[in-house]
Amino acid sequence: MPEVTMVQGLNAALRHCLREDPKVLVFGEDVGKLGGVFRVTDGLQAEFGPDRVFDTPLAESAIVGFGVGLALAGWRPVVEMQFDGFSYPALDQVISHVAKYRYRSRGQLRVPMVIRIPFGGGIRGVEHHSESPEVYYTHTAGLKVVVPSTPLDAFQLLLTSVREPDPVIFLEPKSRYWAKESGDLVPAGEPLGVARVRREGTHCTLVSWGGMVSRCLEAAEAAAEDGVELEVLDLRSLVPMDTEALLRSARKTGRVVVVHEAPLTSGFGGEVAARVMEGAFDHLQAPVLRVTGYDTPYPPALLEDHYLPSVDRILLAVDRVLRY
Amino acid sequence: MGQAEPFAVLGPEGEVLDRRTLEGLGLEAGQLRDLYRFLVLARRADAEAVALQRQGYLAVYGPARGQEAAAVGSAYALRPDDFVFPTYREIGAVIVRGVDVAQFLMYFKGAWHGGEHDVLKHRFGLVTVPVATHIPHAVGYAVGCRLEGRDCCTLAYFGDGATSKGDFHEGLNFAGVFRAPVIFFCQNNRWAISVPLHQQTAGPIWRRAEGYGFPGVLVDGNDVLAVYAVTREAAARARHEHTPTLIEALTYRMGAHTTADDDTRYRPAEELEEWARRDPIERFRRFLEREELADPEFFEAAAAEAETFVAGVREAVIGAGPKDVTALFDLVFENPTPELLAQRREALALAEEPVPDA
Repeated sequence: MPEVTMVQGLNAALRHCLREDPKVLVFGEDVGKLGGVFRVTDGLQAEFGPDRVFDTPLAESAIVGFGVGLALAGWRPVVEMQFDGFSYPALDQVISHVAKYRYRSRGQLRVPMVIRIPFGGGIRGVEHHSESPEVYYTHTAGLKVVVPSTPLDAFQLLLTSVREPDPVIFLEPKSRYWAKESGDLVPAGEPLGVARVRREGTHCTLVSWGGMVSRCLEAAEAAAEDGVELEVLDLRSLVPMDTEALLRSARKTGRVVVVHEAPLTSGFGGEVAARVMEGAFDHLQAPVLRVTGYDTPYPPALLEDHYLPSVDRILLAVDRVLRY
Repeated sequence: MGQAEPFAVLGPEGEVLDRRTLEGLGLEAGQLRDLYRFLVLARRADAEAVALQRQGYLAVYGPARGQEAAAVGSAYALRPDDFVFPTYREIGAVIVRGVDVAQFLMYFKGAWHGGEHDVLKHRFGLVTVPVATHIPHAVGYAVGCRLEGRDCCTLAYFGDGATSKGDFHEGLNFAGVFRAPVIFFCQNNRWAISVPLHQQTAGPIWRRAEGYGFPGVLVDGNDVLAVYAVTREAAARARHEHTPTLIEALTYRMGAHTTADDDTRYRPAEELEEWARRDPIERFRRFLEREELADPEFFEAAAAEAETFVAGVREAVIGAGPKDVTALFDLVFENPTPELLAQRREALALAEEPVPDA
């Protein structure tokens, strides 16, 4: 089977969408001739032309606002925010308009757009290039929030996101852009909101998404050497969240540790913990713990290994819940 | 039209400044009388909305008195298949586009965000309150039409305050780059709540268009014919040349910012008196009289029509109730999340069987 990187998976998904739906437009900063700073849109302008794949002026708010107008006119914009840290100027458009248009127009108008954002750290990025803004979006009613963790998943989830009638914030973990996976890029047609057990286990469940899923798998590998079987659940989409799968795993292992890059306070780990408590309280053998970035700004690259959840920090948390 | 003096067709007393310009508009007597009817309807409906707020039927309302010519003249220059992105002070354009006024006022009643009017039928967008954020939408919409090969144009209304915002700049810049068939219609009413124009911006608004690579026009916003003329010209430029236009219409907000505002705290009374003498409806009425295009019976009939019209608006506004509680949930997503569906069940159960008092 062919081996693909996440960048290739995303590229293939965009190509597929541009082919299957003539209303799909891809635009953002440097996505045309250059193919995006991460090459996710590589070759698309050459294949589909500058009317469907194009560069915009350097203005994130207008990229999204312009996309809203195109969507209202019947197009399906797939826009790129170049980096997580540059997505904030567009928050007003996302919160005030993208998320609310269907609601405030009583369904007369829809904004089925996808906003792709390379997110997260672990690539030795300079300031403003490693942020995890997922909760700004999960806390905004009207948005779907999708986070792939593998190349094949990136292909499937982006495809589904572009076909989705509701707006989708699509967070691409930069640390996994060059990860490889073997498999065919064939559309599976799976809906959003389906989590995936990446590793079966019995003693404790690690819940994660995006770049931290592979870190959890490393931790599980290490734990297995000591006879501890960790289950790793990849949420894949935060809104909608596969609460059923989460509760199933929590009931099975009785212990849950949530792992994410974003800071602890008001992080999405709190939401996961609350859902476990509400739905699997009687099965819990220990409190749900969170292993996350610290409540600091994202640190300089040379300090980021202290900030990001490490295998050791994950295993310490596992140890605590196992000994509880 | 790059002059520093605002373009005008009529003088302050309704006299024709340049007969050839007037004739060039190609407006027939019936159309000119229609423009007057729209102006009167706009003013009367505006007054009714203020009254409805005072009587407790609307939560708040943003009066447009004094700005009728800017709204009516511009909206009248558009085709039915053009698309309008309004703000909230847009009752004049609402009337010209045939939007149901009571449904528009549902925004201010708190019945539904955006108003309840039929957006697609009238091609008149939602009430938009976050200032200037709809400007990029108009640009995207216009480019969307261009990509489909349609020759319609898109118009965005906004005020002088909006020109200070980033989305104004970003939107106009995109419009120039993407050759958007769009009209940016700035109703410069000289006040953004309590902040006067000279504290809002230090340079002329219309001239900024040059920096984006398309024409800017300064027009007397209290001259309905001048507004019509420049908007019609801008629409033709949009349709046929895919060239945007920034129109700055000089007008004046005669009322407070909203019914919740007290403009006596910041506005000199003399200024209000000065602009009262430049009333757009009075000016156009004098024009019709001078040119013998309308007789006293017509003016009486126009006033009577407005009374009948607002009686219907009043009845519809007062009669409108809240939406069903299901609307809270059913309009958020096309594919709702399981969490939202669970919340819906909970709210509906509670609405059907409220918890008894303890």
